[in-house]
Amino acid sequence: MTIVSAIGHGPGNGPASPPPAAQGRRGRSGAYLLLLPGMAYLTLFFVFPVVALLLTSLYAPVPGGDIGQYQPAFEWRNYVVALSSYWPQMLRSFLYALTATVAAFLIGYPMAYVIAVRARGRPFLQGMLLVLVIAPFFTSFILRTIAWKQILADESFVVAALRAVQLLPPDGRLTATGFAVVCGLTYNFLPFMTLPIYASLERLDPRLVEAGGDLYAGAPTTFLRVTLPLSMPGVVSGTLLTFIPASGDYVNSVLLGNNTTTMIGQVIDSRFFKVADYPSAAALSVVLMAAILLLVSAYVRRSGTEELL
Amino acid sequence: MSLSASTRAVPSGSPDGETSSGADLTLERITKDFGSFVAVDDLSLTVPSGSFFALLGPSGCGKTTTLRMVAGLERPSSGRILIGGQDVTSTRAHQRPVNTVFQSYALFPHLTVIENVAFGLRRTRAANPLGRAGDALDLVELRHLADRRPSQLSGGQQQRVALARAMVNNPAVLLLDEPLGALDLKLRRQMQVELKRIQTEVGLTFVHVTHDQEEAMTMADTVAVMNAGRIEQLGAPADLYELPRTAFVANFLGQSNLLGGTVVETVDGIMGVDVAGRRIRVPVDRAVSTSGDVLVGVRPEKLRLVREGEEPAPGTNWVGPGAVTDVSFSGVSTQYQVMVPGLGTLSVFSQNVAGRGEVRLGEQVRLACDVDFTFGLDGAEDATSGAVDLDDPGA
Repeated sequence: MTIVSAIGHGPGNGPASPPPAAQGRRGRSGAYLLLLPGMAYLTLFFVFPVVALLLTSLYAPVPGGDIGQYQPAFEWRNYVVALSSYWPQMLRSFLYALTATVAAFLIGYPMAYVIAVRARGRPFLQGMLLVLVIAPFFTSFILRTIAWKQILADESFVVAALRAVQLLPPDGRLTATGFAVVCGLTYNFLPFMTLPIYASLERLDPRLVEAGGDLYAGAPTTFLRVTLPLSMPGVVSGTLLTFIPASGDYVNSVLLGNNTTTMIGQVIDSRFFKVADYPSAAALSVVLMAAILLLVSAYVRRSGTEELL
Repeated sequence: MSLSASTRAVPSGSPDGETSSGADLTLERITKDFGSFVAVDDLSLTVPSGSFFALLGPSGCGKTTTLRMVAGLERPSSGRILIGGQDVTSTRAHQRPVNTVFQSYALFPHLTVIENVAFGLRRTRAANPLGRAGDALDLVELRHLADRRPSQLSGGQQQRVALARAMVNNPAVLLLDEPLGALDLKLRRQMQVELKRIQTEVGLTFVHVTHDQEEAMTMADTVAVMNAGRIEQLGAPADLYELPRTAFVANFLGQSNLLGGTVVETVDGIMGVDVAGRRIRVPVDRAVSTSGDVLVGVRPEKLRLVREGEEPAPGTNWVGPGAVTDVSFSGVSTQYQVMVPGLGTLSVFSQNVAGRGEVRLGEQVRLACDVDFTFGLDGAEDATSGAVDLDDPGA
């Protein structure tokens, strides 16, 4: 009791005040109760499916059964088969996702910087620019990607212009290329990169930038030494929110790519829905998840933003 | 505690080779307007090398804008800024041999204390930045916290880190923007002494902006009282206090009793002023205006209470009698408010010296003052200008 009261209310109140201490304890467990809906939701829609996924990935075909008939087993060779057949698509997914993440960072950071820092003190302008960033979400993901298909099509003005300035050979095309897929990925996940960086920069104290200038750092140095490090939490969130969904994405590669740009999401989709090979689809999903987990934890550790978060 | 030789080395960012004792700072006819609002109005001043200079004024008087223009964080609309004789008006903040202790300290939260202090040294590629930063932390007695983050320090410690971070660069001019404003009263008094000690020790030119008149008077060699973008009066603290030249200075720097009157004669360098029917004498050399309407001023601690049955000393100025309307005892002294018919309420500080009987509320007293302690101001001035509104301690 005394310990609880000391923790709950500090030494000032002392052990002689049990009623407030009890209240404090109730308040604390009450806070944990708030977790309940989220936990229940995640258990139902995340933990159970993941367990089911793990089990399915080890299933074996029913001997003499129809296509799509499997039974519980411990068939770990599913992983070997799946990986040895589809490692190029796996690797390509990560390469595309990485490229799109870097591109989104290069486009999104300056955008976030202008909105958060340059437009500081002009709330209307800031609001308008933020709406523009979010506006693409008002239409469907699929529709927007199909629009890109048109923009990059052989007869589009973009291709004509690129051919005219000889950035593209006369018979060169953009649609159905890896370039188009990366463009689509970059575009679709750009707001996920921009908004967290904006939030970080918006919180940045402008006086710290002044302090940088006062301490002999010119504008580029102040940016590198003060602004960028202080916006790292936003950069880390933004890259994670872009890289993770982009690695598993299959819409962009289906709509904007061809059979040489297949990404792992596409493979999982077709193994599952077209060939009814549930165990190999599950095995690929598990590998994708594990790989992302490893990459992300290595990244977060390296970026050293724990103390800023 | 003394600074090591390496700490005194001049940063390569300084334009002239030798700035170790600071450099003169000169502002020539500086004006800064933000649209139609004139923050600083045709201001000129010179801060001699190695001095502790305070810009004192209420909030919004333009003192911080002036400081920011010296730092290069704000560009003057017109006028010139010279540091050590060099025109730096068109240079940017990072090009000036000037460092600032910001009001909010503006320490970099992502860097340790020692890296904060070494920041400027690293930018100027000075030799041994960490060693010198450590020496600077010694000076503010915070070496043991070198590896902490600013967020792990108390306000007073952050303030000292900010000071070390600015000072370690050995700037020609060190700017302090209300550096003690966020500290509690006791810590503030302590830091005032500390700052003064450090300034004496390193001999840098300090320009200190504050709205706290006591702070300015305690620390600075020279105080410039600013009001509405202009300097009202500039001088040593004691000179400003004893002989204010405007009603604003008389009221903002300490308290004053200002009484309206008319000069009726001048004899032997003493002018006689008619104040509500009584003749008050003011030395001509202590008066801004020597004819017509004037304001006669006297500091509350210069007034003596003359009780019934006592007589004012011969040759002194006196007014009254009036009724004591308020008595507030504060230990070392007692403050009385005396309502004198025709003059209004006058304020009197009386030292609690043994042997004086207590003056009670409602008692009829006269108020006496030596002729040499009175001063004369322009009669056209508002007698309440610069007076501290008791409801607003921040003013």
